[in-house]
Amino acid sequence: MSSLRYLENIVTLKLDTEKCVGCGMCAVVCPHGVFTIEERKAQVVDRDACIECGACAGNCPVEALSVKAGVGCASAIINGWLTGEEPSCDCGGSC
Amino acid sequence: MRWGLGRSRYTIAPGLYAIGTPAGDSPVLVTANYKMTFDIVRRDMRGHDAWLLVLDTKGINVWCAAGKGTFSTDEIIRQVQRANLQQLVNHRTLIVPQLGAPGVAAHKVHKACGFKVVYGPIRSDDLPQFLRTGQTATPDMRRVRFTLTDRFILTPVELASMWRYTLWSILALFILGGIGPQIFSFSAAWSRGIIAVTVGLLGLFTGAVITPILLPWLPGRAFATRGAIAGLATGMLGLLIFSASLGWLNSLALLLAVAAVSSWCAMHFTGSSTFTSPSGVEKEMRQAIPAQAAFLLVGGLCWLAAAF
Repeated sequence: MSSLRYLENIVTLKLDTEKCVGCGMCAVVCPHGVFTIEERKAQVVDRDACIECGACAGNCPVEALSVKAGVGCASAIINGWLTGEEPSCDCGGSC
Repeated sequence: MRWGLGRSRYTIAPGLYAIGTPAGDSPVLVTANYKMTFDIVRRDMRGHDAWLLVLDTKGINVWCAAGKGTFSTDEIIRQVQRANLQQLVNHRTLIVPQLGAPGVAAHKVHKACGFKVVYGPIRSDDLPQFLRTGQTATPDMRRVRFTLTDRFILTPVELASMWRYTLWSILALFILGGIGPQIFSFSAAWSRGIIAVTVGLLGLFTGAVITPILLPWLPGRAFATRGAIAGLATGMLGLLIFSASLGWLNSLALLLAVAAVSSWCAMHFTGSSTFTSPSGVEKEMRQAIPAQAAFLLVGGLCWLAAAF
């Protein structure tokens, strides 16, 4: 899996450590092991692995996390450009 | 059905289902109403007793439905109330697949209907072990993978979604192939067209099948880059086979066209992959599309010029 890495320094994930209460929900929901919890605070340990799915931000009870969530799909982004709306996967059900 | 052919028929009615003979203390599993998902969960849970709460995700799988917002906090609350779950079970826990988390806020579900959301494993074949160990997931259960088998299974999905553009392109290539010194020649349309179509299909195959399979071993991070490199390689291979009869203009056209088409198709595989971010894909596209267009334009002009 180590060779399946995507672009660096591009994701919009932000963690506000002040607000964090260390509940650990972000580390549970993240499918790419971006977070660990140390000394009752979340830490971002693998930022470039983030796919901006939005699971961590949505499940953070104190809104310490923010990310511009969406789908990492070229067809969806083209649809977004063409229709002027937010990218969505309504590309005939192929995703 | 995975390929998107007649997919809309593979929907099951949302609501509460029983696996085995569940009782008041049996776990409640939440899932999507895509028939393939439903069937796999039932198969993996064979021999266990559980409730299966099926959300209305319009026949879409859990992860994509969570991204679209149909596998959501509100839909869970709605189905919990519709099934009268408070009366049916004597605990207050819902096991929601981890990949549903982008659409669900666990704390909001708890507040609205009193049920605590426990995120279960990503793959349903880990469910029996997850339940046996007191609803705890190992780190491995929490990570998405993208194995060779996954990538191989998904390549026809891409091909199936591209067939309409492919047919139009083939038609256009035959028409363009006929343009030459005699203005238009049907014999040239056939002889030059068939080579151009072969080149196009080689690009399609390289970008949509070879690149996804070889993904970890191709250099570059962006899918468009990996696709272009694979395209240059298969283009070279194509040249070795055809080169004697082609001439330099056609040869250059072949190389540029295979790389451009392959890069474009590979870029679209981002949607099937499990490790791309929307910010990343958008950045890659803004850089790659002008390059792909330039390659295709120059390649196309070389090919047209070669007729004269």
